[in-house]
Amino acid sequence: MGSAYILSQIVNGVILGSMYALIAIGFTMIYGIVRLINFAHGDIFTMGAFTTLASLALIGLPFPVALVVVVLTGALFGVVIERIAFRPMRGAPQVTGFIASLAVAIILENLLVMTISAQPRVFLVPEYLNRLVSTGVITIRVIDLAIVALAIVLMIALVFFVHFTKVGIAMRATAENYDVARLMGINIDRMIMLAFAIGSGLAAVSGLMWGSKYGQISPFMGLLPGLKAFVAAVIGGVGSIPGAVVGGYVLGLSEVLFVGLLPPEYSGYRNAFVFGALIVVLLVMPNGLLGRNTETRA
Amino acid sequence: MTGGTKSVMAALTLVVASALIYGAIHAFDPYTVSIIGFVGVNIILAVSLNITNGYIGLFSLGHPAFMTIGGYLSAILVMAPERKAVMLKSLPDMLVTQHWPFLPALLAGGLLSAATAVIVGFPVLRLRGHYLAVATLGLIFIVQSFAVNLSGITRGALGLSGLSALTNLWWVYLFVALTIYVCWQLKHSSLGRTMLAIRENELAASCLGINVARTRVLAFALGAFFAGIGGGLWVHLVTLISPNSFTFLMAFQLVVMVVLGGTGSITGAAIVAVILTISTEFLRPVEEAAGLFGASQMIVAVVVLLVLIFRPTGLFGTAEPDLFAWTRKFTRRPDPSHGSQP
Repeated sequence: MGSAYILSQIVNGVILGSMYALIAIGFTMIYGIVRLINFAHGDIFTMGAFTTLASLALIGLPFPVALVVVVLTGALFGVVIERIAFRPMRGAPQVTGFIASLAVAIILENLLVMTISAQPRVFLVPEYLNRLVSTGVITIRVIDLAIVALAIVLMIALVFFVHFTKVGIAMRATAENYDVARLMGINIDRMIMLAFAIGSGLAAVSGLMWGSKYGQISPFMGLLPGLKAFVAAVIGGVGSIPGAVVGGYVLGLSEVLFVGLLPPEYSGYRNAFVFGALIVVLLVMPNGLLGRNTETRA
Repeated sequence: MTGGTKSVMAALTLVVASALIYGAIHAFDPYTVSIIGFVGVNIILAVSLNITNGYIGLFSLGHPAFMTIGGYLSAILVMAPERKAVMLKSLPDMLVTQHWPFLPALLAGGLLSAATAVIVGFPVLRLRGHYLAVATLGLIFIVQSFAVNLSGITRGALGLSGLSALTNLWWVYLFVALTIYVCWQLKHSSLGRTMLAIRENELAASCLGINVARTRVLAFALGAFFAGIGGGLWVHLVTLISPNSFTFLMAFQLVVMVVLGGTGSITGAAIVAVILTISTEFLRPVEEAAGLFGASQMIVAVVVLLVLIFRPTGLFGTAEPDLFAWTRKFTRRPDPSHGSQP
């Protein structure tokens, strides 16, 4: 087990962590405002992957244009789902929203199965993204670098938006205290819509990255990454955007290192490790790494 | 109703039910009989999930995990040692020599599930609402990874195939009756009231001296026991168990039965279990003919959304509607307040 091997494992962990972080941000933003764990978030991720495939292979858009298309369709899906499924049951018990999001997840998955069949599809990225870059110790693909760079740019942009723009401040105010924010004249409906739009747009980009990285997509691909991103959000502290980023990278790295560094007979316990970690984190530090204690979770 | 008429009614119900089961086994083709079997198993699962999700207000998605545990254990215990020697070469000797009859094997599966629920329950049940839901969902994946990786016991991803088709309608409906009886008695006992009290207001309940943590674990373990039995019945009905037999989708279907029937209503959960199982089975050929795979699941999911929006309490809420009111027309005694007037 040379240093090159360990280094390449760490790179893989960072890539996986970037994707988890982008999905987890959406979980956290939506949760922060409406206290809803949106189970359908993983399926927005799937939708993102399929939208990319459609724009690249069917329409033949250049990759950067496809990226923009994916963000916009993801955001559109998020907004439509919020309007149709979640808005009518706002104010209902938490679990009601959770069941609704399960139902939305099932609807989206079966919509894909019905329209394009359950068969996994090959996902090809343009040639220039598949080229190899040698950095002396390890060799990686351009797309790997692009994924991490894009994720970091998006996260920085989001932090700036949330902290320094008027709308961003209004969003934080809404997350802080829903009722007082409304008294201050903030349009709550629009803030919720925006949280869904941004969160879903980022999840869709993450789907694009997943397809580019692993080369294969299927209608059910979103289930596990979606759930694991939720675990990442919990590790970071649900409700905190920096927490979601940190949680994403912590989970991505530890998952890859768990598989890469332990003897191979343990690698099959990958999912058990992630969900075991969820249970442990919820019990030991229910507010996560960067979350604040705003309610009882345990 | 007096004690005498009550036992007569019970005996009568037993005779009619037995006659119906006997008739069903002999009158229908094996395919229809197996559907009737699945209806029963789904009733067991939905009604028992209602103990946690309905009575005590713990939203659990963990039933498939317990079904997997119960299913594997009962399958291994029932399997003949000669067959184990072929299929499961590296099974621990302790398990190879076991060759149990069906009933104790089912009960053992249920007990192992319940024991797992107790161990998992003490830490996990401290969580609330959707945190608990996700933790129990995680439990499905944890159990699944063990089922895939402990290949000495479970034969890994291949699963155990060619199990004896031991599950017949007698076993299924024996356990349906048992599950409904236990849940009914539970709901109308002081323990059931305790659970409802915890659901309505945990703080007030613990102020009244209720041990909340212990009651929650008890409810979780009881649900898991029936889930383990349901799993055992299921795998000996389809004669196969693999790590993918009981997944997240199963959890969703069971939750749907509870939500649509009314969280806390035994009658509601059972009725929806019957309707959903039969309609899914009828829609399957339609789906295949139209090439629209997944359409029935989608319809179910849309119905769930509509119910959540327009009738969040489900079909019956927590109530148990009196479905047999009409039968009492024949057994009712003259009502003293009306009958004895001059």
